Amino acid sequence: MASIVEPEAAATHDHHGDHPEFLAHHFETPQQQYDTGKLGMWLFLIQEILFFSGLFVAYAVYRANHPEIFVYAHQFLDKSLGAFNTVVLLLSSLTMAWAVRDSQLVNNRGLIRNLAITIACAFLFLGVKAVEYSHKWDIGLYWASKFAPTAEHHGGSMILFWLCLPFILISVALIAATVVSKQKNYEQGYRFYGILALASVAFFVGVGCGFVVPAVAGSDSHGPAHVEEHAGESDHHVVATHADPAHALADDVESPRNAGIFFSIYYVMTGLHAVHIIGGVIALAWLLWRALKRQFQAEYFGPVDSVGLYWHLVDLVWIYLFPLLYLIH
Amino acid sequence: MADTQQANHPHSAHDAHGHGEHAHASFAHPMAPRMLLGVFAALIALTIITVVAANFPLGRWEIVVSLTIATIKASLVVLFFMHLWYDKPFNALIFVASLAFVALFLGMTLIDSREYQPEIEQRTIEHVTTEVAAPAQ
Repeated sequence: MASIVEPEAAATHDHHGDHPEFLAHHFETPQQQYDTGKLGMWLFLIQEILFFSGLFVAYAVYRANHPEIFVYAHQFLDKSLGAFNTVVLLLSSLTMAWAVRDSQLVNNRGLIRNLAITIACAFLFLGVKAVEYSHKWDIGLYWASKFAPTAEHHGGSMILFWLCLPFILISVALIAATVVSKQKNYEQGYRFYGILALASVAFFVGVGCGFVVPAVAGSDSHGPAHVEEHAGESDHHVVATHADPAHALADDVESPRNAGIFFSIYYVMTGLHAVHIIGGVIALAWLLWRALKRQFQAEYFGPVDSVGLYWHLVDLVWIYLFPLLYLIH
Repeated sequence: MADTQQANHPHSAHDAHGHGEHAHASFAHPMAPRMLLGVFAALIALTIITVVAANFPLGRWEIVVSLTIATIKASLVVLFFMHLWYDKPFNALIFVASLAFVALFLGMTLIDSREYQPEIEQRTIEHVTTEVAAPAQ
């Protein structure tokens, strides 16, 4: 245990006796602190499960009573993008689990690398999500009371621009912080902001994937090529003859009553999931900061483990959301 | 407690002595890389299976198949990525208890969900009729 305590830390924390710096004074041993933290994390996670279960119950009741709405509405969801995002989240879960392993083995370089990849995957996921949302809003697929499907694009990809704007600002701010840190020879800040700036660029890669993946998969996409093709076109015949089921539906078939409630459920479920992803990115950035300061040690990796548990839970929710929302017949 | 946890863990001794890796705390359970990659490969494979299965008309079995696959994926994540397999049994108990409450919540709500459906449908029909009738007047 003595080897864990840095000399200067031991000197400045004499009043803690033989307590290492990371060990709170009300804990006897590092293991007790770790087990307590982990128990607390599990208690938090089960209330997250119960919180999300309310949404799943709303989904189940509405689907049980109105299956036709789900059959109608799922055609507006792009299966290839859902599957792509599933793989992105599974990959981020792998790198997160690997980050926990690295923290347990005090492999600080590996920990930083895996945290960076996990954060990048989170941005990638959000980028794809932004394309999905913007495309739905472009064709009037809003939540219940605003639901008004139309074959015409309202405002083209301006909605996508507004969804991207916060991320553009974040990336610019991070790049600026990296440059300033470099100029001031602030090594910790330079590495922290630099890694985050690189990871945040993954959002725009995600936006690109949101356009490319449906085109490559050849799925029933309401894809970008289509947006470009018909941007500003008002000729109804062109739109109507386009072999796009979503548009065909919007054009020719009356949408079932209350179809907008499906989209209410869709936006609340995926939106709250996305909020959890954003929360996860903040927690991961905090871990990255501490990892760069080399604060994690052989007997102190609890924070990495706890954030890892949270991140896996977010992945878990998506594992159920994907088949329930995207894979309906 | 720590000693029994250690003894139950198949990789601890292996990791600490076999590969010459960094030593780790007695309460740390680092997952072997092949284990992590194996779980990841299984998760990807199951994702592909569920996407392919969605192309077949399975009728009412579709939801059963897709949720069964999702549950297998969720179990892999919980047991291995979240370490619950190697964790203290009490944490597993907490987790399983939450699932029991979710089942109760879902089950009881679904049992009751059609209770007022006839009245709702009646009202809906009246509502639509008045909507259609209104412009004619």
